Amino acid sequence: MKTKWVDQARQEPVQASEVPDAWFVWKKQDKAALEAVSRPSLSYWKDAWRRLVQNKLAMTGFVFLVLLTIFAIFAPILSPYEVNKQDLPNQYQPPSQEHWFGTDNGGRDVFTRTWYGARISLFVGLMAALIDFTIGIIYGGLSGYKGGRTDHIMMRIIEVLYGLPYLLVVILLLVVLGPSLGTIILALTVTGWVGMARIVRGQVLQIKNYEFVLASKSFGTKTSRIIRKNLLPNTMGPIIVQMTLTVPSAIFAEAFLSFLGLGIQAPFASWGVMANDSLGSILSGHWWTLFFPAFFISFTMFAFNVLGDGLQDALDPKLRK
Amino acid sequence: METLLEVRDLHVTFSTYGGTVKAVRGVYFHLNKGETLAIVGESGCGKSVTSQAIMRLIPEPPGKITKGEVIFKGKDLASYTEKQMRAIRGVDISMIFQDPMTALNPTLTIGTQLMEGLREHQAVSGEEAKIKALEMMHLVGIPNPKERLKQYPHHFSGGMRQRIVIAMALICEPELLIADEPTTALDVTIQAQILELFGHIQATTGVSIILITHDLGVVAKIADRIAVMYAGKIIETGTKHDIFYDAQHPYTKGLLNSVPRLDLKEERLTPIDGTPPDLFSPPRGCPFTPRCPLAMEVCGKVYPVTTERSRSHHVDCWLQDERAQQLLARTANQ
Amino acid sequence: MLRYVGKRLLMMLLTLWVIVSLTFVLMVTIPGSPFNSERGTNEAVQSNLEAHYNLDEPYIVQYVLYLKSIATFDFGPSIKQPSQTVNDMLGRGFPISFELGIITIIVAVISGVTLGVFAALKHNQIIDYLAMGFAVLGISIPNFVLATLLIQQLAVNLEWFPVARWLSPTHMILPITALATGPMAIIARLTRSTMLEVLTQDYIKMARAKGLAPWKIICKHALKNALMPVVTIMGTLLAGILTGTFVIEKIFAVPGMGKYFVESINQRDYPVIMGTTVFYSAFLIIMLFLVDIAYGILDPRIKLHKKGGK
Repeated sequence: MKTKWVDQARQEPVQASEVPDAWFVWKKQDKAALEAVSRPSLSYWKDAWRRLVQNKLAMTGFVFLVLLTIFAIFAPILSPYEVNKQDLPNQYQPPSQEHWFGTDNGGRDVFTRTWYGARISLFVGLMAALIDFTIGIIYGGLSGYKGGRTDHIMMRIIEVLYGLPYLLVVILLLVVLGPSLGTIILALTVTGWVGMARIVRGQVLQIKNYEFVLASKSFGTKTSRIIRKNLLPNTMGPIIVQMTLTVPSAIFAEAFLSFLGLGIQAPFASWGVMANDSLGSILSGHWWTLFFPAFFISFTMFAFNVLGDGLQDALDPKLRK
Repeated sequence: METLLEVRDLHVTFSTYGGTVKAVRGVYFHLNKGETLAIVGESGCGKSVTSQAIMRLIPEPPGKITKGEVIFKGKDLASYTEKQMRAIRGVDISMIFQDPMTALNPTLTIGTQLMEGLREHQAVSGEEAKIKALEMMHLVGIPNPKERLKQYPHHFSGGMRQRIVIAMALICEPELLIADEPTTALDVTIQAQILELFGHIQATTGVSIILITHDLGVVAKIADRIAVMYAGKIIETGTKHDIFYDAQHPYTKGLLNSVPRLDLKEERLTPIDGTPPDLFSPPRGCPFTPRCPLAMEVCGKVYPVTTERSRSHHVDCWLQDERAQQLLARTANQ
Repeated sequence: MLRYVGKRLLMMLLTLWVIVSLTFVLMVTIPGSPFNSERGTNEAVQSNLEAHYNLDEPYIVQYVLYLKSIATFDFGPSIKQPSQTVNDMLGRGFPISFELGIITIIVAVISGVTLGVFAALKHNQIIDYLAMGFAVLGISIPNFVLATLLIQQLAVNLEWFPVARWLSPTHMILPITALATGPMAIIARLTRSTMLEVLTQDYIKMARAKGLAPWKIICKHALKNALMPVVTIMGTLLAGILTGTFVIEKIFAVPGMGKYFVESINQRDYPVIMGTTVFYSAFLIIMLFLVDIAYGILDPRIKLHKKGGK
């Protein structure tokens, strides 16, 4: 017998004689230990959450968005200034103790207006995402579920709509309808849902083809369990990511429209309107009137983008380790 | 017999989100000239990592060869620079991957992909390369090679693609061919054809083959020797005869019992209970202990000695110890 | 391949028809548009409009004649400047916008792909993080903010570049930078992620196993596959750059079509808005068609797919 062997714990060769005779007895096998050997398998959502939390950039975005929401809700209430009250003697005050973000050309408090703008920009973004989601789920779901001719025709319609230049259609609609909170959301969603519908359809088609769905069914697993354990994790990922990315693109589009003079009109002031109103002021040295809304647009876009990326990584079952 | 390749104490780790995976933990084996060695084991046991480590194809990071030697024709490949390795890859050692559907670049013609290895390593003209490519396509049994050279991978069936991949691997006439699950992705009938092709190629070119597989049926067909791998270690090696008729390790026996065999009367198939261990923190002692039907206290405490049952047959198992034999005898008497 | 082109062509014509019809429907049905209430327009304008849109005919005739005028590249008159037509504005403005757009695309594609490839090759290293940080910033900052910042810092404070206008190559640098940063960032991120995916493919491992030199593996095997998705989003990018020209041309006082378009929106010059929108849409839809064809040529699998479909 050769003695080329190693004690795993000590990492050094051991002589066979060093192993006590007493160890040569049958080990008690317990079934629990047998199963416990394998790594504890986390549920899909827990695992995804763990991966998301580990992604520092995505968490930065997430925390920022949570704070932003809280501020957007409470800051305008707590602020001593009114959003739209002109105070011309106090025009263009630089940031100070009284006006944290300074004042604009009308002497209005930029801090208050920024959080008020957050409400509107977030509202536009979230509503656009929600409506896209709803229409997309219904249209894409129906198309994928029905299949055959129905699917074919519905997809041709999608293809035609997909070819339409999104922002041009939005501009056209707003020129005709006149810009307001409602019409902007309407215009953004008129063709915006197409992307979501495509994704939903793709996911539905995928589900239909999954062998494990059939497999679970044939084992008599409950439908609700199939949906929760198999379908949702495998299909919600891309849809959630798409929603996360719709919000910033809607906020971006609203800012762009503000620039064209088609943004949300007074008394509301979205970030886009605030930034656009102050584009000239930066040259006259009143940088703060542009800086704060522009910073919050950019950082919100950033936050949603990195959160979307993080979610994509976290939710993609292919990449799971 | 002349030894072509010897792997000594190979360790490979991967750093991941959850920690460091010790995928290969001290692997020893050798390969003689002209023979076929099969490395067999469940998925995740480290067999593919071992084969890629030989060619130094492990993506670094996250992978890393932390220890060990890979002696190929007397030279340690583990100490080679990337540039030196490039001169070895495709020329002396070639590799075939599991899925022929993804091993070929969809945007390049078969001819381009077939010839590029040759043109990289040898100063040949386009015409010469083409002649060699046609010769290789003939060797692997592809009809109409001239026309097929201009086609793209999607024009080929899975079996045909695997033949192309084999031709690609052999075009520089390597001495060692590593085939990582070459038939797993194929239909059963195609599998048999590809296995036959391996035999044909070995007979014509004398190439040595390392075959990575989880399928003992494949092994029975073409392997000369077999190494059984479990949780990053080779736990038993031997000739085909040693393994199929005199398997010693309970894991090897389990593997054999979970495969349908025509030569034995016993009809019941018995799966191995449990799951392979977590390689983030490999257990002390023998990794098979929790699943082993004959586990002893010692198994969970110390990794077993390597027992040399014959010149060719080695096994890492405490059951080989005299004291275990006595225990077995006592239990049988009761 | 012919079938593929034919199918795409049909889809393109359908999309064109939808956008033209949409503008027509908006014109005639929405209350307040100049076609339903003729307030504030002088007689010359009114006669121009009537002549162009055949307002005294029934809707269906109007519609057919409108389709015909679009098909013959006649995009209609202006109400604010009676002596001008949309075609006059396009003739003057479009070449400049086109120049701006083309240079932007070239800059965005070259820099975006380079950045993305380097980031992928240096995955999880400092270059990757820097490139992707830069790309996320590029996506996050609206172009009008970036344009304003560039003017304020580089043109006004440092006086490196002219503040505005479109006269010499130095005038072009800031507008092109402002316009190209967003698309560049998108291309860089996409190139990086597809490149990372491609690099894990078996055919890349196979190429490495053949002993090919790394640059050959990247150029020959990885890049072409990694660029496919970039080609598919070119349509979207073109649309983004085109709408971006509206903003950039206005801020930098570039006398392109975008500037006229923004002015027409501010003045609510409906026929110009409609005509320009139709023109832009047609331009984009045709570009999208060309991108699809290019994709079909680049990817050999598409040909087979269509052959198989016969």
